[in-house]
Amino acid sequence: MDIYLLEAIINGLLLGGVLALLSLGLNLIFGVIDVVWICYAEVVMAAMYAVFWLYTFYGWPLLLACAAAIVFATVLGLLVHIVVIEPILGSAPINQLLATGGVLFFLQSLATLLFGTDFRNLGIRLPVLELGGIFISFSRLIAFGIALVGAVGLFLFLSRTYLGTAVRAIAQDREVMGLMGVNERRIYVLTSAIGSGLAGLAACLLVLQYDVHPFIGLTFGPITFMVCVLGGLGNMIGGFIAAFIISQIIAVGGYYFPIEAAEVLAFVFFIVLILIRPQGILGK
Amino acid sequence: MTILLNLERVSAGYGSFAALFNVSLDVKNGETVGVVGANGAGKTTLLRVISGLLPPRSGRIDFDGESLAGAPAYRVVAAGIAHVPENRRLFPRLTVEENLRMGAYLPAARKAFAERAAWVYELFPQLQARRRQLAGTLSGGEQQMVAIGRALMTKPKLLLMDEPSAGLAPLVVEQVFALVRRIRAEGFTVLLVEQNVRQVLDVVDRAYLLETGRVKLAGTATALKQNPFVQQSYLGL
Repeated sequence: MDIYLLEAIINGLLLGGVLALLSLGLNLIFGVIDVVWICYAEVVMAAMYAVFWLYTFYGWPLLLACAAAIVFATVLGLLVHIVVIEPILGSAPINQLLATGGVLFFLQSLATLLFGTDFRNLGIRLPVLELGGIFISFSRLIAFGIALVGAVGLFLFLSRTYLGTAVRAIAQDREVMGLMGVNERRIYVLTSAIGSGLAGLAACLLVLQYDVHPFIGLTFGPITFMVCVLGGLGNMIGGFIAAFIISQIIAVGGYYFPIEAAEVLAFVFFIVLILIRPQGILGK
Repeated sequence: MTILLNLERVSAGYGSFAALFNVSLDVKNGETVGVVGANGAGKTTLLRVISGLLPPRSGRIDFDGESLAGAPAYRVVAAGIAHVPENRRLFPRLTVEENLRMGAYLPAARKAFAERAAWVYELFPQLQARRRQLAGTLSGGEQQMVAIGRALMTKPKLLLMDEPSAGLAPLVVEQVFALVRRIRAEGFTVLLVEQNVRQVLDVVDRAYLLETGRVKLAGTATALKQNPFVQQSYLGL
């Protein structure tokens, strides 16, 4: 096999890890609270700025800046939930969509106002590994590894703990959870915290590879949604698989065509598959 | 016997539709009480109001010295009322054991999980072998056992059962009523809602007959079985 194709496949796999992490957080929130956070990628953007400012301006060590950014994303997500989502839990889905869409524009505009439209980066250049003629970016490798650790951690939480089981159960039958003695609003708060914490983790991984600017969310947001819908909205395993399918299409497509064409290809694949299977790969 | 649950002139409904009108009812400690009536008589609504899934429009609900009218479901459970809902409502993609775990969500029940689960498996030995199986893959009768087991995990002072025989084959219906007798024998206080009047009157001490949201008749099971109106309209005699 062509060595450049192999390199593309490996890079696709590495990209898939971060996409999977993003889709896990979004799917978790949707599956449990039944509200789509259109603004999810903007929480990621805000946390990327947090890493950037803490690291470059205040000179914090990178790991500490990342930990703080995860806490920041969690607090921001809790605010989104308590201020925006809670009051409209019983509203029509379209209104919820518009409200979280409003948060998207709010965060974008606020970032523009505060930081301008400059592209900023940490100025860290991690080495590129060479393995038998294949070049792999070290930052992508780290991102992939940590994304997998995050996914496994989430899986263990959901399958092994009482709260995690409750999170899965509430996605299956909201009303009956009350009869189990569960205050569903508390589970919603917890879910928003975990989901936005995952967004913070994803931000730490992305900021190693990409420049931050107020519209960076638009680069990941649509693909994250595509991944979630493709996997079956709310289905975390489906989203996980779909993340790797989409990233492979983009990576391998980018080997044969220009990278923009590869993204078009990914969306065409998505549209065709959704016409055939509207519920997604693993949706019910 | 002390009164455990007391409803006084409770009214409730959905939107502009009124489903219950001034229903008064009581359940004493250790009793098994039935609520019977046709489809749409308000039986399910009555249980939903007691367990906090639907707030009453007016009236009092007192349970074990506490007022529960308008309390959210999770507080009603903590007060000691467990509800086996209509259509069982298991978590289909959780295993049998995980369903029981959810039933034991309250801190006190969580601590006693191992012991209570062992007791539920002793009560329903069939479930022991299926504990790792997804609840959605069980037969209707087994699902009913899980639903009852899940509700028993909190050791409730009062067990509400909504149409446990609905949608089950006649042979399984017999088994479900045998289950109700077993639970009675274990000393639980039960409020049982059923359409199946004949079989209910064989397992309860007393019963209330609901018609279009009102209590039409009340009395001991024996008295109701001999009541000419019940015989004609509900027992087909």
